[in-house]
Amino acid sequence: MKKQLKVALVGNPNTGKSTLFNLLTGLNQKIGNFPGVTVDKKTGSTKLATDQEAQLIDLPGAYSLYPKSKDEAMLLEVLADTKNESHPDVVVFIADATNLKRNLLLFSQVADLKLPTIIALNMMDLAKRGGVHIQIDKLAQKLGVRVVPISARNAEGIEELKQAVADASSLATQTDTIDFSEFLNPIALQELETELGVKESYEAVLLAHQYSETSFLSAKQKEYIAAWVTAQSFKSQDLQAKETIARYNAINEVLFDTVKTDIKPLGESYSNRIDRVLTHKIWGLSIFMLILFTIFQSIFSWSAYPMSLIEDAFVWLGNTAHQLLPAGQLTNLLVDGVLAGLSGVLVFIPQIAILFAFIAILEETGYMARVTFMMDRIMRKVGLNGKSVVPIIGGLACAVPSIMSARNIENWKDRIITILVTPLVSCSARLPIYTLLISLVVPDYRILGILNMQGLALMTMYLISLVSAVLVAWVLKFIIKARERGYFIMELPVYRMPRWKNVGYTMYEKVKAFVLEAGKVIVAISIILWVLASYGPGNRFEAIDKQFANPSYTQQFSPQQVANLKASARLENSYAGVLGKSIEPVIKPLGFDWKIGIALITSFAAREVFVGTMATLYSAQGDGSRTASVRDRMAEARNPDTGELVFTLPVAFSLMIFYAYAMQCMSTLAVVYRETKSWKWPIIQLVYMTAMAYVASFLVYQFLS
Amino acid sequence: MEKTAKTLSDLFPGESGIIKEFTDLEMSVKLMEMGCLPGEPIYVERIAPLGDPIAVTISGYQLSLRKQEASTIILV
Repeated sequence: MKKQLKVALVGNPNTGKSTLFNLLTGLNQKIGNFPGVTVDKKTGSTKLATDQEAQLIDLPGAYSLYPKSKDEAMLLEVLADTKNESHPDVVVFIADATNLKRNLLLFSQVADLKLPTIIALNMMDLAKRGGVHIQIDKLAQKLGVRVVPISARNAEGIEELKQAVADASSLATQTDTIDFSEFLNPIALQELETELGVKESYEAVLLAHQYSETSFLSAKQKEYIAAWVTAQSFKSQDLQAKETIARYNAINEVLFDTVKTDIKPLGESYSNRIDRVLTHKIWGLSIFMLILFTIFQSIFSWSAYPMSLIEDAFVWLGNTAHQLLPAGQLTNLLVDGVLAGLSGVLVFIPQIAILFAFIAILEETGYMARVTFMMDRIMRKVGLNGKSVVPIIGGLACAVPSIMSARNIENWKDRIITILVTPLVSCSARLPIYTLLISLVVPDYRILGILNMQGLALMTMYLISLVSAVLVAWVLKFIIKARERGYFIMELPVYRMPRWKNVGYTMYEKVKAFVLEAGKVIVAISIILWVLASYGPGNRFEAIDKQFANPSYTQQFSPQQVANLKASARLENSYAGVLGKSIEPVIKPLGFDWKIGIALITSFAAREVFVGTMATLYSAQGDGSRTASVRDRMAEARNPDTGELVFTLPVAFSLMIFYAYAMQCMSTLAVVYRETKSWKWPIIQLVYMTAMAYVASFLVYQFLS
Repeated sequence: MEKTAKTLSDLFPGESGIIKEFTDLEMSVKLMEMGCLPGEPIYVERIAPLGDPIAVTISGYQLSLRKQEASTIILV
């Protein structure tokens, strides 16, 4: 077997790069991150010939080697740094045959890095239909590289492309593009090349432009370049403009006698006709609202059944484990700590899969670009981006997949703000808390015959959450500093039918990434919470066991009732209970007692745990899902010192507001950590949301009581 | 006073012009990368439902940009 060839796929966005990648690798692909940044790194392997395998890397799509985003910056990092683990032996440049001129700009830059390069000329079928005639051989000859016509959608030309890669020489053959001595002193440029130890003068030029953001240069090299740039009075913007014009001139020279385009037939393209409706003043926005509504409903309702299946499976597994394994703390740890944590991870799979199926379809068809186009104006006002709409609306179902979907936002600042405010949007886990508390204190009667008071209260909670998300985004717009200038300049790709295989891969990849990366944190926290709730200081637990073994209990109550009372007493005396009591002075101004304090601590795992904890504390019959009995117990609960009801209207609303704002969800924190690659942002989020929750609850409680 | 030059943001949907130059160097680099070069004809396709951004056709494909960005493109 020959040495594994490393092949990089490079090209503009919307050229069918991912389709080609999926076609070449199938399921032999891995998605990860480039080291230190949250840029998707897709790698996979493909068989070029019977005895030769190649390692493929799908580099982020870009329009030029002067990056507008972190994704695009990876291109230079990988292509210019020979020590980078992804540095390729061969570059396959994917060009859209229907839009060759713009595609060749990036090609001409990549070609100047003098890596062995092959052009895969994609969308040949569309080009033919659009009346674009390309003389492949002449084009290849002028550019000095092999040009393989393909159609990735129809899987045409793939074998030829593989053969071309297998035959690729280890030397770069491309012709020179532009002459840098027109803009730069050739002697000085030669000095820079020697000092940096780079072979190509264009590489030296690129580094002179971007040295401060480049990770692979040493501090000493950066210092040298900084001095060189000053000495040469190197004007980066000005030179980029000159370079781009020179490159386009050279491209025009290449295309002038190799590409002929028929005069376009009269009448509008189908894509334009679709846009007339989909971006129409009234229809466009209504259809978009309808699509959002469908997505939101689907995440909510389609996921309900598989989610309860997963939960039931874990309950069954837990029960079986309890029966089969010897009773003891190790079994308890395994079942109530590890299994519960795993269940908390896997239960998100249906929601993540559904949301990403929709997002992949919207991306694949080209509609996502129109969403950005339509929503940019409103969203920009509050510091967000047209693309923030999807995560925020998705947040109504669940913040976890929504935060993962914010990766589509290229601008760093817009993305961070979207991630920070998405958990404020009222997710489905808050619903059981709201319904429980509302049914406790809001009377069930109608005003004007149609408006149900309870429904109104619930709607108010949702409205508060959306308004808060927008307001916080607006505030963050002034606090967070932009790393890059915000542009909107964006391609509107033509509409296409989605490729279902690509949709499937996206779902698979996102689910896998969540389970493997955020899953670790969730399981760890759930084990910690288990320890807090199942151990207590000193020998309190033994005392409780003794107390309930006493005949005065066993005779008076049924075994089930004794078990419930015991569980309640144990929780009260556990570390979580001790913590609940110790935070009572802090939460008293909000109207909360220590029992609510325990629920606040245990429901940090996930908000819906609140109901379960309440059920245990008020030792209701059965489990927390039967809210009616929990509700009755809570409705009757009285403060033992004062004899007043615990759950009054002010307390219930204060508690609801607390849950509306507080970051009571470890899965969200774990996924924010994964998406931002640092603990800084999840901690900021935890602090600002808890502070907001505290202040808002305090105001609500004091105002209402 | 000099008459202000006509820019891309002055065009209505269905109108076209030819790019002459740019007023913002940094923006011009990005615009040129996307194919908006001096001498190229540019055609305004439509305006977003909320009045901004706009969609144009340039060198055979569609591009969207904010009005403020369009105002940096001076037309012949």
